[in-house]
Amino acid sequence: MATTEFVVHGAEHGAVREPVVNDFSIQVATVNGSGSQSANTVLLRTIFQMGVPVSGKNMFPSNIAGLPTWYTIRASKKGYIARKKEIDFLVAMNPETAREDTMSLASGAAVLYDEPLKLNELRSDVTFYAVPYDKICAAVCSESKLRKLVKNMIYVGVMAQLLRLDMAEVEKALRKQFAKKVKAADLNWNAAKAGYDYAASSLTKADPFTVERMNKTAGMIIIDGNAAAALGCMFAGVTVVTWYPITPSSSLVETLIDYMKEYRVGDDGKATFAIVQAEDELAAIGMVLGAGWAGARSMTATAGPGISLMAEFAGLGYYVEIPGVIWDIQRVGPSTGLPTRTAQGDIEFVAKLSHGDTCHPMLLPCSVAECFTMASDAFDLTEQLQTPVFVMSDLDLGMNNWMSEPFQYPDKPQNRGKVLTAEELQRVGGFARYKDVDGDGIGYRTLPGTDHPQAAWFARGSGHNETSGYSERPDDYANNMDRLAHKFETARTLVPKPEMVRNDGNEVGIIAYGTSHHAVVETLDQLQSEYGVKADYLRLRAYPFTSETHDFVAAHKRIYMIDQNRDAQMLQLLKLDIAIKEIGKLRSVRHYNGLPIDARSITDDIIVQEGK
Amino acid sequence: MATTAAPQPKTNRIGLTVLDYRGGKTTLCAGCGHNAISERIIDAFYEMGIAPERVVKMSGIGCSSKSPAYFMGRSHSFNSVHGRMPSVTTGAVLANAKIVALGVSGDGDTASIGIGQFMHLMRRNLPMIYIIEDNGVYGLTKGQFSATADLGSKLKTGVINDLPPIDTCALAIMLGATFVGRSFSGDKRQLHTMLKAALAHRGTVMLDVISPCTTFNDHEGSTKSYKFVKDHEEPLHDLNFVPHFNEIDVDYDPGTCLNVTMHDGSSLHLRKLEEDYDPTNKTEAVKRVMQAHDAEEVLTGVLYLNTTAPNFIDMINMTDQPLATLPESVTRPSRAVLDECMEALR
Repeated sequence: MATTEFVVHGAEHGAVREPVVNDFSIQVATVNGSGSQSANTVLLRTIFQMGVPVSGKNMFPSNIAGLPTWYTIRASKKGYIARKKEIDFLVAMNPETAREDTMSLASGAAVLYDEPLKLNELRSDVTFYAVPYDKICAAVCSESKLRKLVKNMIYVGVMAQLLRLDMAEVEKALRKQFAKKVKAADLNWNAAKAGYDYAASSLTKADPFTVERMNKTAGMIIIDGNAAAALGCMFAGVTVVTWYPITPSSSLVETLIDYMKEYRVGDDGKATFAIVQAEDELAAIGMVLGAGWAGARSMTATAGPGISLMAEFAGLGYYVEIPGVIWDIQRVGPSTGLPTRTAQGDIEFVAKLSHGDTCHPMLLPCSVAECFTMASDAFDLTEQLQTPVFVMSDLDLGMNNWMSEPFQYPDKPQNRGKVLTAEELQRVGGFARYKDVDGDGIGYRTLPGTDHPQAAWFARGSGHNETSGYSERPDDYANNMDRLAHKFETARTLVPKPEMVRNDGNEVGIIAYGTSHHAVVETLDQLQSEYGVKADYLRLRAYPFTSETHDFVAAHKRIYMIDQNRDAQMLQLLKLDIAIKEIGKLRSVRHYNGLPIDARSITDDIIVQEGK
Repeated sequence: MATTAAPQPKTNRIGLTVLDYRGGKTTLCAGCGHNAISERIIDAFYEMGIAPERVVKMSGIGCSSKSPAYFMGRSHSFNSVHGRMPSVTTGAVLANAKIVALGVSGDGDTASIGIGQFMHLMRRNLPMIYIIEDNGVYGLTKGQFSATADLGSKLKTGVINDLPPIDTCALAIMLGATFVGRSFSGDKRQLHTMLKAALAHRGTVMLDVISPCTTFNDHEGSTKSYKFVKDHEEPLHDLNFVPHFNEIDVDYDPGTCLNVTMHDGSSLHLRKLEEDYDPTNKTEAVKRVMQAHDAEEVLTGVLYLNTTAPNFIDMINMTDQPLATLPESVTRPSRAVLDECMEALR
């Protein structure tokens, strides 16, 4: 299988080529379990340390060892960090995929390969570099069992020489990667040097791709979205975390465990949190709601199959009105689907998760920085609104490394919502749990353990009246459901507002959300520079839609909604939310092959629909 | 003219009357065993002087799970979803380990749809009391067999149960619950004593209480009828409980009586009816429970008791103040911590 989707035949081999500086993508094709992740990270970090904007995307199998895996690194002087569809430089380490990977390259690309594979016989329109890995390995590593792991660092050295990377930066990145293992660091450094020396003495540079120092990454950090979310949750003040391991969400909680052990244990050795690995996602969400009901800031993290299992409890949370944060690191469904590939496939399902009339707020982070900030947003919203809040990340965001400005310390105090204490109860002389006192649809609640004879209320998933008593009365049921609908209208005014790029007079508007953002930014430039199409852009940051989104639709003639799913899920939700006369404006761009979305695919699709 | 003062209502050690422990009017069938259990719960909490505000009443779905509405109206309550009360309770106790959690479930809610959560709750030894109001049938859906129905037991319609029962006590013992008992809603004294002892224990207390369903499972041929249980009940011991706030004034012969000091300092005296039975021996306990099935006995009493195993809250080693009410100054690390984290990512 190849991860490039089609071949563009371009320049003939041998034509004079302009140098291509800081604008190319590398694809490293390996076997999973071979330790290539360290080598790829060193390569990525080296380019980052040289001040060049860079992104890395891991396309890996749902398997522990032995299946093909690809890692793409994109360097972009313009700062584009979406996946680039075209591969410029292939590092072919996996004999099983080497031929297909090579054949799918565009003309003019370069290939680094293991000498015995003889890939150079396949084509004449790409540049080939052969490396005798085993020979170089044997020279730098006397222990044969370690050679497999060291082999990868040799290509780092070769690529460093070919791309003109600074070896001092390679060493810095490598020593950071192996910070706790000096012996491994030395061994790998020797391998990188050996690769560099081999390239310097035996290879002649014949491709145009090089890296030159810039200053665009100074002060920035590199982190994956799950770790960013973990940090966000810790600073949001999470106290109860329950989870069931599932790709691609597991690392969110695992990283959170590490951070919490480090920073949330008091001087007396006592934890200010509880983290429980539950027996399944049913129990995980049940614990979240139990803890939320009792007053904790509680959360879980999961992916599609877990979301399916949580459906019943999501309805309970909505109807009983209990806070809780659910991170959905979306992967490809339906069913088991492609567990290690990315999608935005849970949008419609989560918006209405559970039977009966339900609706749930969703936050839509597009970056690691938003994974951090939206953690606090989610906890504030869930306690304010007294309803479960879902944060819809995805595998691309959650599991890949992204560069980012450092995160900002939360500037708002925690909003714990309408909770009555014993003293307040004494003053007001009792309360009715589901009465809309303030006109925003949100009632007051008390926490179990509140020391007042009138504090208790009866949480029940069955029909209830304003005082939380059991009721099957038609008016009680309808009034309660109407209040819940009104509360969702309140949510509209509280969720994060969209971000917009608007100019007067543009007919075309693009709406996107989540990780599609990075491709859309590039698409906007492509549309204008290549086709003269000027488009406005709105990035959704939450559901329900806010008034800005309605205004944006009204102000444009054609709206393109970018969805990373087959069924145009966000577009469907928007259809339900806007005036009927506006629906005809909506057009759909969908991407759903499991790979992170790229700008070229969006641009091409829009251009076809624009009839250009 | 002489006046007589109105008699003061009797109060418990925290100054509450038994009326303060009552709940709404029951809507269960007349004669339902569950109502008797509710009465015993009221008495036990009243006598132990547990403030109702400190208690959470948890349940799933079914006749049994409706019953928390019928006792202790001053306690918070959560009637959740079918078979999932254990997870909701676990979350609540994590959020506030100072609350006293009482779960009421049924045999369908526990042994069928909820068996997974039940088993994992037992493994964790979460501090809570878990009562199964066990009648062997689904009442709210009108009389289908549950998974605790005995082999050969007969429905009103004449249908015979041909699958073996799940013994929730044997499971609980094997999996890690630290106080496991079986009782009968008609055995007022034993159940009352067992519930008081349960309140003195810090760990999972699992009580399977046979509670006949007068509407769907109280006929000839049922092994969960009042008559059958009365005829076949085999108590392991006579129980006597002395709460920590009372003085012990009775001497017991250690040869015929086992005295256990509970977590809160109370004492449970088990006067042996079966000479060799040792409720602290897990393997023997399971063996005796299984023998009872073969002998068609309804074996009741404290089947297993372990006052030394750590509970789930001990293991997590949480701060003493409930997590739910920790202030932001404790739950949000400082700006310096964020700076440190950012530096490590550069």
